Amino acid sequence: MKKKFKLEDLDCANCAAKMEEAIKEIPGVVSASVNFLAQKLMIEAADEEFDDIVKKAAECISRVEPDCKIIL
Amino acid sequence: MSGKQKKILVRIIISAVMFIPLLVAEHTGALDRLPAPAVFMIFLIPYAVAGYDVVKKACTNISHGKVFDENFLMTIATFGAFVVKEYPEAVAVMLFYQIGELFQSYAVGKSRQSIAEMMDMAPEYANLEENGTVSRVDPDDVEIGSIVVVKPGEKIPLDGIVTEGETMIDTSALTGESVPRRATVGDLLYSGCINGSGTVKIRTTKEYDDSTVAKILELVENAGEKKARVENFITRFAKYYTPAVTFSAIALAVGGPLISGGGLASVSNWLMRACTFLVVSCPCALVISVPLGFFGGIGAASKQGILIKGSNYLELISRTDTVVFDKTGTLTKGEFRVNRIMAADEDRLLYLAAHGESCSTHPIALSILEEYERRGGKLDTGRVSDVKEIAGHGICAMVDGRSMLLGNIKLMDEYGVTCERYKESGTLVYVAADGHFEGALLISDGIKEGAAEAIRELKALGVNRSVMLTGDRNETARAVSEELKTDICYAELLPGDKVTKVEELLREERKGGCLVFAGDGINDAPVLARADVGIAMGAMGSDAAIEAADIVLMDDDIRKIGTVIGISRRTMGIVRQNIVFALGVKLLVLVLSAFGAANMWAAVFADVGVCVLAILNSMRNLKEVH
Repeated sequence: MKKKFKLEDLDCANCAAKMEEAIKEIPGVVSASVNFLAQKLMIEAADEEFDDIVKKAAECISRVEPDCKIIL
Repeated sequence: MSGKQKKILVRIIISAVMFIPLLVAEHTGALDRLPAPAVFMIFLIPYAVAGYDVVKKACTNISHGKVFDENFLMTIATFGAFVVKEYPEAVAVMLFYQIGELFQSYAVGKSRQSIAEMMDMAPEYANLEENGTVSRVDPDDVEIGSIVVVKPGEKIPLDGIVTEGETMIDTSALTGESVPRRATVGDLLYSGCINGSGTVKIRTTKEYDDSTVAKILELVENAGEKKARVENFITRFAKYYTPAVTFSAIALAVGGPLISGGGLASVSNWLMRACTFLVVSCPCALVISVPLGFFGGIGAASKQGILIKGSNYLELISRTDTVVFDKTGTLTKGEFRVNRIMAADEDRLLYLAAHGESCSTHPIALSILEEYERRGGKLDTGRVSDVKEIAGHGICAMVDGRSMLLGNIKLMDEYGVTCERYKESGTLVYVAADGHFEGALLISDGIKEGAAEAIRELKALGVNRSVMLTGDRNETARAVSEELKTDICYAELLPGDKVTKVEELLREERKGGCLVFAGDGINDAPVLARADVGIAMGAMGSDAAIEAADIVLMDDDIRKIGTVIGISRRTMGIVRQNIVFALGVKLLVLVLSAFGAANMWAAVFADVGVCVLAILNSMRNLKEVH
């Protein structure tokens, strides 16, 4: 499954790159990208693990930029 | 300005109001009488007001094990300034940093907004008609085959066929073409266009997710995922840049005093230099400016009806060396017309040919029928009988009781008809009645408007070779090639041969050059895929073309190939300027501060100031649309 999420208060381009890298390293993630300008996160992962992975991705995001929130 | 930005602005103002009198007092020596801890405390207040969140973020990031983060670096740098008793410096740097960050966040917000405005073709609602009542619904909820009412000025929410009404359609959001298009019952409308004058009802033919507007928006949004080489390079560079600068800062702080000696004063001097290094070490300006430059280029192109599927294609096409065109449908209109009738009695010949071909659906036959009707002829199929198609040759039929032969020269030879052999370019239809040659019709495909201009323009842009590929006869191909002045022309190719030819051309390609193939997207998917960059034309509503190509021209205008090369070169120019400028300023400040010639103010400029300027430079690309 491939899904897109909106991100709020994504202020730093370098952070976006860091988030993307961190999310890609979550086990089970097939592909991921953080679009800094569109403020969007795309995750591709297997259906059964998807919700878990999204939760982990949200953790990665707040770790890199505490202000930034993922809108589920 | 967002709520978050306003809060920061207020803090900056409060902090500045407290700081400026302190700065004056410090310079006039008014603070000299106070004990050192008191001075420290006084300066700590405006510092905390401006930068408490930076310090807080730095602490949480350390607890997460992230050291090379700009908050942490700023905190260490300003703490360092406090340690060596450069209090005003510490406050000023934090204040200046926050102002820079605010500017940066504002500039990013602005560019996001202008991109959103440009992409503002997504329909917000659809007027769904059900059982005689009209209700506003989300376009996502409209099923195929529903009736949707589109009022004047509204966006067409879904692709559909007009069932009622007549109007003018503004397609500029999709094609960049400003002349409105007429639409009436039976015409297909594409979502994302704006309805002009009249109210129309349409029967939807696609769901929202498959509709033209959704496809285009998705494509533009995903363009960022295919990264250009320079973009990947910068991301990799940033990963090493920050640690490298940080370690050199440590080396400076430790090594400086050891080499130069000279006691405590020297230690604090070197510490300040190291702190300055830390401020410069954030790679944000680099990381942001490159993708933003590309995004601006992709945005500027889409404003003109040119869709680019990734930054990498924009990078490639800027180095275009060879452009290969498919002839039919790309350089020519792909519509056949009777150009000339070679017979003593033209109308008589046309009458015979039209009736002979009346049962055929071949494009050549259709063009003869069209010409016949255009000249006021009426078709009477009762006069035609015994129609037999001879594949690859033509048709034989009975018209008014005479045995007709219509077809190419091979057909005439086969039946032993003696006839003149014409050498004109185009398709020739020879006509014989009862074994006697009556005349011939010359049918050809018109050259597209602007094709010659497009090729001239490409030459002016420094494209080395323009190549034409076609399955057509040699004579026809040569004539078109000469008229358009293409450099090379390959004719009589089978569909598979086109791929082979493109592969040959790719091998001959100069190193670093790029081969672009432009086709109409129908039947040439393999060639589009094989070329470095595949451009499909006239794609509005054609999913296959959007799927197969790297760059899609929404209208049929091949002059846009020159436009997109122009945009790509400008984009690459801006990206290069940003990289050189950002790296140059940072390096300069690093070198100066290593020798103690640049203070922390310069360092903050090298960090956030450069970032803001790079953003503004990138946005230039969006605004300058020729």
